[in-house]
Amino acid sequence: MKVALFVPCYIDQLYPRVAIATLELLEKLGLEVAFPQNQTCCGQPMANSGFEHLTRTTNTLFIKNFSGYDYVVSPSGSCVLHIKEHLSLYQNNEAAAKIRAGVLELTEFLTDVLSVEKISSRFDYKVGLHQSCHGQRGLKLSQMSELVASDFSKPRHLLNMVEGLELITLDRNDECCGFGGTFCVAEEAVSVKMGKDRIADHINHNADYITGNDMSCLMHLEGILRRQDSKTKVIHIAEILNAGR
Amino acid sequence: MEKNTTNVLDASSFDHAALADKFNADEPRVDWHDKTLWFVREKRDKAASQLPEWETLRETASQIKNNVLSNLHDYLLEFEENARKNGITVHWAANADEHNKIVHRIIEEAGTTHIVKSKSMLTEECHLNTYLKSRGIEVVDTDLGERIVQLAGEAPSHIVLPCIHWKKEEIGSLFSRHLGTPEGNSDPQFLTAAARANLRQHFMTSRLAITGVNFAIAETGEIVVTTNEGNADLGVHLADVHIACVGIEKIIPARNHLGVFLRLLARSATGQPITTYSSHFQRPRAGQQMHIVLVDNGRSQRLGSDDFRNVLKCIRCGACMNTCPVYRRSGGHSYHYAIAGPIGAILAPGIDMKKHADLPFASTLCGSCSNVCPVKIDIHDQLYKWRQVIVKNGHVGFMKRLNMQVMAIVFSNPLIYKVSGGLGRALLKYFPFVINNRFNPWYKQREMPTVPNQSFRGWFRQNRHTND
Repeated sequence: MKVALFVPCYIDQLYPRVAIATLELLEKLGLEVAFPQNQTCCGQPMANSGFEHLTRTTNTLFIKNFSGYDYVVSPSGSCVLHIKEHLSLYQNNEAAAKIRAGVLELTEFLTDVLSVEKISSRFDYKVGLHQSCHGQRGLKLSQMSELVASDFSKPRHLLNMVEGLELITLDRNDECCGFGGTFCVAEEAVSVKMGKDRIADHINHNADYITGNDMSCLMHLEGILRRQDSKTKVIHIAEILNAGR
Repeated sequence: MEKNTTNVLDASSFDHAALADKFNADEPRVDWHDKTLWFVREKRDKAASQLPEWETLRETASQIKNNVLSNLHDYLLEFEENARKNGITVHWAANADEHNKIVHRIIEEAGTTHIVKSKSMLTEECHLNTYLKSRGIEVVDTDLGERIVQLAGEAPSHIVLPCIHWKKEEIGSLFSRHLGTPEGNSDPQFLTAAARANLRQHFMTSRLAITGVNFAIAETGEIVVTTNEGNADLGVHLADVHIACVGIEKIIPARNHLGVFLRLLARSATGQPITTYSSHFQRPRAGQQMHIVLVDNGRSQRLGSDDFRNVLKCIRCGACMNTCPVYRRSGGHSYHYAIAGPIGAILAPGIDMKKHADLPFASTLCGSCSNVCPVKIDIHDQLYKWRQVIVKNGHVGFMKRLNMQVMAIVFSNPLIYKVSGGLGRALLKYFPFVINNRFNPWYKQREMPTVPNQSFRGWFRQNRHTND
């Protein structure tokens, strides 16, 4: 199985520890993981701002970097969804289609491809799971509360394997945190209010940590938590799954 | 308690972010607004989950609407023919102005200047009240919520719950000024009774009633209007002339399709199993006139667009507003359009793209709207697509365009990316004041991330054997 690691640009620059945890976790599970060195970004910041027409060269680079692998794995539901839905190139559609089919968010790769049933990690904290919207509703990593359908959650399934971890319940299971890419600065007031409310739900249920599949949401929440001098911290799910032992 | 009323039509700034910022100045009020609407969303969840066939119903409704849109021309003619056979006068209006003129002409012919109107978002879309008022005609909105915003000189902030942004104490104060109720009395039952007594006079003296339409049935030429207050029925039954205003997309093929839509509509809107009144109007009673005005106003243009035609499936339940985390925290008036929330944000640019260029960006694209929608409109995908159209049409600021062009260059070139990433981190680390200042909207209420010593790719090169 040829697996490549796609590290979103902001994780590469600001949260390398998340990418390190992802890589180490996959290696612990016996995989040899390639990291194409010329990778940059999925193109979502431009596309979601209405500039999809400017993503062509970014797409070309992405296809160049990630062709020839069975799977492209990334610790971000949002970036993966963007690739899945929008990676296209008019002259090279076959390569793009192959990547779109093989790109997976970390937790779905662990549950659906590797069928992980046991993880040797330990994390002795109360943890709230923030379901990031693109992963949840877009990639269907967890069931959404809007549908009348049976419950499931890939990230929760994995967190339940972690020793010592206590998963808290929230009042609103899948409320958006308000990050939303450029929304977080263009609509600053609403974005921050959404973040504050998301945090309050976790703190009201005594969370030591807020975790999730998307560091972008967590970066936004972390910014608010630190401004509030809160004791509650954020941690990417890869870091928990790779923790201890 | 006094409420600062802002007339959305007078808003100097048509910018969602600015209006939302203003709304957020009163945080406890935002909390209250959010919780009130989330309560409705939870009621909807409970009602929906009691039907094991819920998802099948949604799919069925979606398919019926798809069929309607693909055969709209035929269904409209069928509806017109059957309605005429029933003794209804059918009018066609290409746009809001034609609609208003037709309605005005009928009112003039009836020789009245005082009319009652039950809820109709179409007449809001066409600004009918303003049009008629300037021609000396008094329109009394008879839906309680609409009456409240009308007395306050506001537009509805929600399509199903028009005065959801008003607290009962504020309504008490409003009523004491307009209806003479005792100052300080905010008992909902008392206030409702006062409104009812006042509305009765208008019902009794109006010879013409306007209603909206929830469903127009092609097979029978009848219309169906749903209300919880019975105000549509009361208005119509006491009037000599009934005008029903309907958007052309409200057609459904047959009466037996109503079972699907009525079950979905009430549950999605308020969590009720069914609205209190589902009133069928098929023909005028003896001596009464009945008019139906079929309005296009941009709808056939939408129908011709693959990306956006789906929006015409909307049954105006408001579930996408109740679920929208942005709507709940910015209020309906921040959308500066007759229809607020996610559905308004994909309808409005089709009416006036320049004026409403901000609305498709008033979303995190969380996707809750598309999944709560009882007729499966791909709302968040359309928000994304509208963004592309708006930018291509040039409705975007210079700085944003420049930023995006720079970003595209950086992300297309690994070397530039690597260098600028390193520079950015160094800047944040050693010169944080360049970034952490009042010109940075991130920093206003959030800390910037702590800067790591190296990027992941730097770490990887040091810690793993690489051969590329």
